[in-house]
Amino acid sequence: MPTSVKVKTLRIDGRDVSAREDQTILEVARENDIWIPTLCHLDGLSPVGACRLCLVEIKGSTKLLPACVTAVEEGMEVSTQTEGLESYRRMILELLFSERNHVCSICKSNGHCEMQTLAQRLGLTHIHFPYRYPSLPVDLSHELFGMDHNRCILCTRCVRVCAEIEGAHVWDVMGRGVDARIICDLNQPWGTSETCTSCGKCVHVCPTGALFERGRSASEMDKRPEFLPYLTLMRRAGGE
Amino acid sequence: MSKPTFATIWLDGCSGCHMSFLDMDERLVEILDQVDLVYSPLVDVKEYPEVVDIALVEGAVSTDEDRAKIRKIRAHTKTLISLGDCAVTSNVPAMRNYFPVDSVMKRAYVENAAGGGVIPERGLPKLDPRVCPVHEVVHVDLFIPGCPPSADTIHAALTELLAGRNPDIAALTRFGA
Repeated sequence: MPTSVKVKTLRIDGRDVSAREDQTILEVARENDIWIPTLCHLDGLSPVGACRLCLVEIKGSTKLLPACVTAVEEGMEVSTQTEGLESYRRMILELLFSERNHVCSICKSNGHCEMQTLAQRLGLTHIHFPYRYPSLPVDLSHELFGMDHNRCILCTRCVRVCAEIEGAHVWDVMGRGVDARIICDLNQPWGTSETCTSCGKCVHVCPTGALFERGRSASEMDKRPEFLPYLTLMRRAGGE
Repeated sequence: MSKPTFATIWLDGCSGCHMSFLDMDERLVEILDQVDLVYSPLVDVKEYPEVVDIALVEGAVSTDEDRAKIRKIRAHTKTLISLGDCAVTSNVPAMRNYFPVDSVMKRAYVENAAGGGVIPERGLPKLDPRVCPVHEVVHVDLFIPGCPPSADTIHAALTELLAGRNPDIAALTRFGA
């Protein structure tokens, strides 16, 4: 860290906290054990503000801002747990559940899924919106891994870990809105990819059962994303 | 004062939720001391009673018969509870929603039948084009997700309800539990 970095002081949920000027609200909140829900965020990957679950209220702003990409400012007053935010977060999760086919009971990630755990923590017992039931493919062309678009929430963790950490950039996003899909290379079956190194990083950062190891049955796919903070730390140490 | 009337209903589900209900074992006796079981696949009553205080519904709504049944049940029930993921989310039964009904019927009765089967025309309720959770058809008062919800979950929820309190369901169970 350069020595010239300034310190900012702000309030989160009525608590005075201090932060480096280059930190985001989410980073500072977590350092101070203030819980803000996230699905697309993962320490070690660049933040994108895609899932909108980390929206917070900032005094003086009429807009809700995503904590993962909003930098701290001197004197900022942040609220992370208002009734309004809680209802928006539940609504966002409900929209994710209704958009594709999240059949938890038979999902490989049942019991290990970040979205499922979050739903329980936010007190979700049912989905108010009608389910869309889109017909989506499962790509089983790779010999080690599979991609089930039914469970994908477009968090883009796989895209980022592959591009930023593995350096292969196999994954990307095609299409817009409800038609957006994660694609492999030039939109081809995973097994035919010439860029995939079969490292499995994408599988282990995926928060749901969208990416999985083949040969695992329902409830058997636990993810091990612990390599990421380790790799980030080692690379930072190597760079110094 | 007479005991509250209690019913359980089985729509499009595997009966796993009813199995889980029976899994309460000796606690069933304790529950049945407090309620009057008036309608259920577990008892031989054909007509839904005029007034039911608490009803547990297992299964999604898949057919014209399910639809008619749940509307009638709703009209005669004070507290209607969706029990299990099929009732709450439509779960596995809804996995046929990506296919047209005629191809589903053909798959089940013709393609997978030994020696070429026939699609039955009588005695079977007509499949709806789209399976849906119970609350898309009628108002539901309480949701107990899980596939199936454990006996402990069902017991805790019923105990709270019978004591006149609102059970904290998210503390007990989740989708897919």
